[in-house]
Amino acid sequence: MSDTPNNTEGDAQAPTLEPPTGSADGSLDAAERRRVHDIWVAGTEEPDWIANATDEGAQELLPRDMDPALQIQRGIAVDDDFVDEPIVVEDERQILNMGPQHPATHGVLRLHLELDGETIRRVKPIIGYLHTGMEKTAENLTYMQGGTNVTRMDYLSPLNNELCYALAVEQLLGVEIPPRAQAIRILMTELNRIASHLIWVATFGMDIGALSMMIYGFRDREAILAFFEKVTGLRMNHNYIRPGGVAADLPEGWEEDIDGIFDIVGSGLDDYVDLLNRNPIFLDRTRGVGVLTPEEAQAYGVTGPAARASGVNFDLRKAFPYSGIEQYEFDVPLGKHGDTLDRYLVRMEEMRQSLRIVQQVLETMPPGDYRTDDRKVTPPPRKRIDESMEALIHHFKLFTEGFKAPAGEVYQAVESPRGELGMHLVSKGGSKPWRLHARTPSFAIVQALPVMLTDQIVPDVIATLASLDPVLGDVDR
Amino acid sequence: MTEETTAQEEPQETDEAAEETIPRVLPDDPILARLAEPFPNVVFTSFEPLAGARQDTAIVSRGELIAFVEAVKDAGFETFIDVCSVDHLNRKPRYDVVINLLSMQHTKRLIVKVGVPGDDPTVQSISPIYAGANFYEREVWDLMGIVFEGHPDLTRIVLPDEWEGHPLRKDYSVGSVPVQFKGSHKSS
Amino acid sequence: MAGEVHNPNFLLTTLDKGVSWTRTRSMWPATFGLACCAIEMMATGAAHHDLARFGMEVFRASPRQADLMVVAGRLSQKMAPVLRQVYDQMAEPKWVISMGACASTGGMFNNYALVQGVDEIVPVDVYVPGCPPGPQSLMHGILTLQDKIMAGEIRRSTGLL
Repeated sequence: MSDTPNNTEGDAQAPTLEPPTGSADGSLDAAERRRVHDIWVAGTEEPDWIANATDEGAQELLPRDMDPALQIQRGIAVDDDFVDEPIVVEDERQILNMGPQHPATHGVLRLHLELDGETIRRVKPIIGYLHTGMEKTAENLTYMQGGTNVTRMDYLSPLNNELCYALAVEQLLGVEIPPRAQAIRILMTELNRIASHLIWVATFGMDIGALSMMIYGFRDREAILAFFEKVTGLRMNHNYIRPGGVAADLPEGWEEDIDGIFDIVGSGLDDYVDLLNRNPIFLDRTRGVGVLTPEEAQAYGVTGPAARASGVNFDLRKAFPYSGIEQYEFDVPLGKHGDTLDRYLVRMEEMRQSLRIVQQVLETMPPGDYRTDDRKVTPPPRKRIDESMEALIHHFKLFTEGFKAPAGEVYQAVESPRGELGMHLVSKGGSKPWRLHARTPSFAIVQALPVMLTDQIVPDVIATLASLDPVLGDVDR
Repeated sequence: MTEETTAQEEPQETDEAAEETIPRVLPDDPILARLAEPFPNVVFTSFEPLAGARQDTAIVSRGELIAFVEAVKDAGFETFIDVCSVDHLNRKPRYDVVINLLSMQHTKRLIVKVGVPGDDPTVQSISPIYAGANFYEREVWDLMGIVFEGHPDLTRIVLPDEWEGHPLRKDYSVGSVPVQFKGSHKSS
Repeated sequence: MAGEVHNPNFLLTTLDKGVSWTRTRSMWPATFGLACCAIEMMATGAAHHDLARFGMEVFRASPRQADLMVVAGRLSQKMAPVLRQVYDQMAEPKWVISMGACASTGGMFNNYALVQGVDEIVPVDVYVPGCPPGPQSLMHGILTLQDKIMAGEIRRSTGLL
């Protein structure tokens, strides 16, 4: 597989290990540089470059009167519950750096906290520690290979990423997907939602202090992963949902496996609800913590369970249905207060609703093709290649050059376990996308952290962050 | 893909003289029609996809962007979804900044596109209107190099601070390391 | 074996082996999960594929208290100095397992944003291939590392033995 760059005129400008050269006369001192807080000018840092390599650089927390982004960080850009501190004593403030290597930040997220005792006055999230250049990589992969790239964005729910990408490509192509393929897609993505929420409840419980939740959550998830491995070949990052349908049909005996999953996950959910819902320590740590108002959620683009816990009644599966999900009956749980407890309750109920959808798919799975017949899009069955010259040619062209999508621009969105996952796909008629932009839900959640965390104490940071379920692969791509 | 242009008609389709104003066809959706009335230069297109929301796009010019986005917010598009950018390379204007908005009350999406020229890649920031645009505009600056005027903190966000260049531009190569096989003396 | 070359004395050879044995039987990993491989690393530590039977269930967040760093996931350019700093903060003896294709060679992301293999930054003892490697592959990698330590193939000067 060749990886021809888009245009070879410029070379990659990766940072080298030599310390960058200073400005013209090197006289720009640190305070002066901070005052010109415009665009970071490379070459104005102190000469001991290696030792300061993990410093914040342009992301440092400036003194309050100099911080141009203070309004947004304090969350008063939007109608908020923030209480303005009348007396601000600079000496009593301490800046604490949390992350990027940290057991409780759910990945490589870095938070700058300005603390007043144990209360947080300012939060600045710094991201980019997992930036993989996926949008650039997508421009070098054909449409059939593109699934392997996008599936690694939100690595806790890879099938949702693949579904969004496949829907966007199919929109450009204009192909219809057979009903069995649509039902299989819904089955797999709803199972993925359950698996993702199980990891969430495992890490959430562990961060709150209920350490055994970690073991229970992963144990139940193993049943779902065993099913995924049986169907797609991999436990994670499956590359199963492809433009045109799915990669392979469901194997024999899949109904018994799903029944097994119902037993394990269903009884597990009952146990966890008993374990946590009335536990006074759990309630103390989660009630009223990390409140997000509905206006804030809409202004910052927070969607999914985090917004529904605040009372925003919007679910993409109901509002803009895709892949035949409108035939299945399910409810969308809503919270009232927008605090951590509500986010927990909403997700636990969502797992039950997903089980309900899986039950309906199990009962009503239509027979038929698992992918579209159009041989220009999906490869022919392997044994046809021995019999038919045309099948061989199709196979060859699909796996070397790939199919060409007509020119156009499309935005498709699905409801991933974290919120609205959208892909903006621009094609200029070639076999590779011209531009793929992934609108990921965790990016908006991380952006909205300051409004939730200001005025909370440090342990509440952990609880709130865990309840929001950001996935850093989603944030940084 | 079907695309219906519901904005200004092509001049050659009418019989009227060139000096007379061409009657403008507003989008058939009532909310968008009310939105389009005070903005005669905005081009609306829409198409009905196979799955998901109807895709309505409004193409505005840089000068009208802030006024239009404020009107969009007043029209009920309260939820901010996305700001991204596309580098068309051989087109004038070179870049497109794409703003994606959602109205939960009307169950509607709207995409606002602004053309940004390559030699002057600046555009007004919409973060005073939608607070959520903050990080997204920083990412567009970081990866595509489009400057947002009025943004409170336009610094790099996903790349290290000292990075030079803007990787998502089409004239920036993907930066791959060629595979080197043991024993071969030329790079592949 | 290297032990015999440096310590021809029978007593010291046995002590050497004993020290290696204790080092392998309670290696504490430092949490350096970056991306998808981190989830598989957590699954390896969970109940189904149990890492605790090898003495490793305690994932220490502080690098001072850890002796094994499992770099699980893709290492971006921005994270590379942090990796080096955490590695430097670990006390000797320390080992590194590079888990997954992205950590070993850059994986499928051969582009500007990733370090093409963490061995550009830290010395690696065992590479575990896979995308992501399943828990059984990771355990095989850990057991391989334990074998290497027991065989004395990994000798870093600690000043003591």
